[in-house]
Amino acid sequence: MASESIALTPVHDASRPIGTTLHDWVVTVDHKKLGILYIFYSLIFLVIGGIEATIMRIQLIVPHNHFVSPQAFNRMFTMHGTTMIFFVAMPILFGFGNYLIPLMIGARDMAFPRLNAWSFWLTAFGGLLLYFSFIGGNGLYGAGSAPDVGWFAYAPLTASTFSLGHSTDFWTLGLLVSGFGSIGTAINILVTIMCLRCPGMTLSKMPLLAWLNLVMAAMVLLAISPLTAAQIMLSLDRFLGAHFFDTQAGGSAVLWMHFFWIFGHPEVYVLVLPAFAFASEIIPVFSRKPIFGYPVMVAATVGIGFVGLSVWAHHMFTVGMNPYANSFFTITTMVIGVPTGIKIFNWIGTMWGGKIILKTPMLFCIAFLFQFLIAGLTGIMLSAAPFDWQLGNSYFVVAHFHYVIVGAILFTIFGAFYYWFPKMSGRMYNETLGKWHFWLFFIGFHLTFDFMHIPGLLGMPRRIYTYEPGRGWDIWNLICTVGVFFQAVAIIVFIGNLLWSYFNGKSAGNDPWDAWTLEWSTSSPPAEYNFAKVPVVRSRRPLWDIKHPEDPDWKYE
Amino acid sequence: MSSTSSTALSIESQWELPSRGHVGMLSLIAAEFAIFTIFVVAYLFYIGKSLTGPMPKDVLEMPIFASICLLSSSWTIHVAVKALRNGKVRGFGAWWFATIALGLIFLIETGREWHHLIFEKGLTISTNLFGTTYYSLVGLHAFHVVVGLIGLSIAMILTLLGKVKQEHGDRADVFSLYWHFVDVVWIIVFTVVYIIGR
Repeated sequence: MASESIALTPVHDASRPIGTTLHDWVVTVDHKKLGILYIFYSLIFLVIGGIEATIMRIQLIVPHNHFVSPQAFNRMFTMHGTTMIFFVAMPILFGFGNYLIPLMIGARDMAFPRLNAWSFWLTAFGGLLLYFSFIGGNGLYGAGSAPDVGWFAYAPLTASTFSLGHSTDFWTLGLLVSGFGSIGTAINILVTIMCLRCPGMTLSKMPLLAWLNLVMAAMVLLAISPLTAAQIMLSLDRFLGAHFFDTQAGGSAVLWMHFFWIFGHPEVYVLVLPAFAFASEIIPVFSRKPIFGYPVMVAATVGIGFVGLSVWAHHMFTVGMNPYANSFFTITTMVIGVPTGIKIFNWIGTMWGGKIILKTPMLFCIAFLFQFLIAGLTGIMLSAAPFDWQLGNSYFVVAHFHYVIVGAILFTIFGAFYYWFPKMSGRMYNETLGKWHFWLFFIGFHLTFDFMHIPGLLGMPRRIYTYEPGRGWDIWNLICTVGVFFQAVAIIVFIGNLLWSYFNGKSAGNDPWDAWTLEWSTSSPPAEYNFAKVPVVRSRRPLWDIKHPEDPDWKYE
Repeated sequence: MSSTSSTALSIESQWELPSRGHVGMLSLIAAEFAIFTIFVVAYLFYIGKSLTGPMPKDVLEMPIFASICLLSSSWTIHVAVKALRNGKVRGFGAWWFATIALGLIFLIETGREWHHLIFEKGLTISTNLFGTTYYSLVGLHAFHVVVGLIGLSIAMILTLLGKVKQEHGDRADVFSLYWHFVDVVWIIVFTVVYIIGR
């Protein structure tokens, strides 16, 4: 039985002309190829967004620097934010979701393979549209090229009076197009998990990765759609002379803020839930223990999903709201710390008493635990409206959300890269280079973002292109910029490791980590149909049951 | 080992999950509801905030006839799907055609209303906040009616070509979910625009 369910056919990749291979990749509807396309595409944009961040940090390294013009600086922070959220974080997580979910739930593909391909290409073209603004944004002479309205594009900056040319249109349409792609992928993930689980895999036996992605997909449906609606409104304003956000005609700039953040804050959870998913798969395997408190983890995830939809206006404390709104959003924001705290507790509970193996994926996950805790703590500080009035829109906020997005999300993404690279490529990565990547990035991250809190506390606002010397900000900005170079070198090591290992790595075999979820039961890389025979599972750790028939999990679950 | 296999077999034989089409359509409807919610909120927020006329009470008339047509099309499509599930393809075709006709009447009525508002009352999307929110909300709904009509017509053509059979009942049912959604949204739009907003 056991050997039957993991029977496989080796993939023969005879050498074919490059044109045929490329054609295969373009027309593919295979979830694994689309997953890799998503990941590859995001890595390119990760480098681009990283270069934009580096340009900003170089500009801020000393006071009164003239590395770039103020106009270019505005474009850099707008493009950096937009790129990193919409064209790096979202697609990279969708890519892993695409690749892993069918494999982990024992399915042969996503529920709607063609919709899957369509969604990917929409996302891809959305990104190209955004970047085409560097060439095509100049609708009028001297009107600027790339968007420069900030990644949340507050009205009235986006009004056609103040944003001449087409830069804002490229931003709006790029996000609109990729937003449709995201909704398509979310529907696909949700339907795949609800309808394609292999026999025996009830909802309570799904890997946590599937659970977290299920909640993530539901949140995408409810959170990306408002952004789509708001982008349609903004386009109507700019192209047809509507007045949604036009204060001259009685419209409201604050309404845009609400619409944007109704998307914007759930988006943080859309990004962090798949990151939690990686941690929830990696930490048990490298602690040699099943996940601690599975039902509580699921409940906490669903709790985050619900509460996450009702915290958005904590981004607007400084705008001025009535005391009831301030109290409501302070309370909901603090409440969301409870389920996230439960999760941290359970990950530590999983490691507690385990036989911890400090391979690269685990290193990234352990760093994630501590960094996410600190990010959560500064989040609780900022959730208090009076504290936020002091520090809103300062570098303290910038440090806080980079602690979440880099310190938590990007760290687990790197962990996921090392953990599943053997499955995707069939080869092991280089452990030494992996450790170099980890330590360089870890040092760089802490140099940049730990010290970024301090100029924020000292009153340095975000989005300024330069500053006066002698305010006590100089040394902190210098340290932040130095950290960026460590991170850049780490990324080079990372990409070098991926390339080197892809061509020269040791053969990985089906199950290099002695793991327990279904993706490790099939070949590396898996055949197009994933499983020669659709598996039947009886517990949360089907491979444990196969490897230990004398003491299977289903006896205890 | 044999006992394990037999358990696995019993798990396999009892394994049933919801249909892809229905879950997919319901997910799409959830996303669409979120989009409409934002437009409805904008409409409600801007009621009475227009700086210049025309105001809703001056120009809007209740589209009772169009609404009756659209809402009854929910019933006709339901009967059509039921007929197809019972293998009555001709009955399906007739009720399906009635659905298209009712949807078309609704769309024509909306067109007449817009023509009246634009050319006789001088209200466009850029006139004032009422025009902005009215045309975008009603227009977004009308766009969904158009998409629905295109889908209905494709199925109608396939029926006339004799390609639709009893086993397609589930697919027709999935599509009818979308059409019911368009109707439910119209009830909300009607309430917001013609009752609360006037």
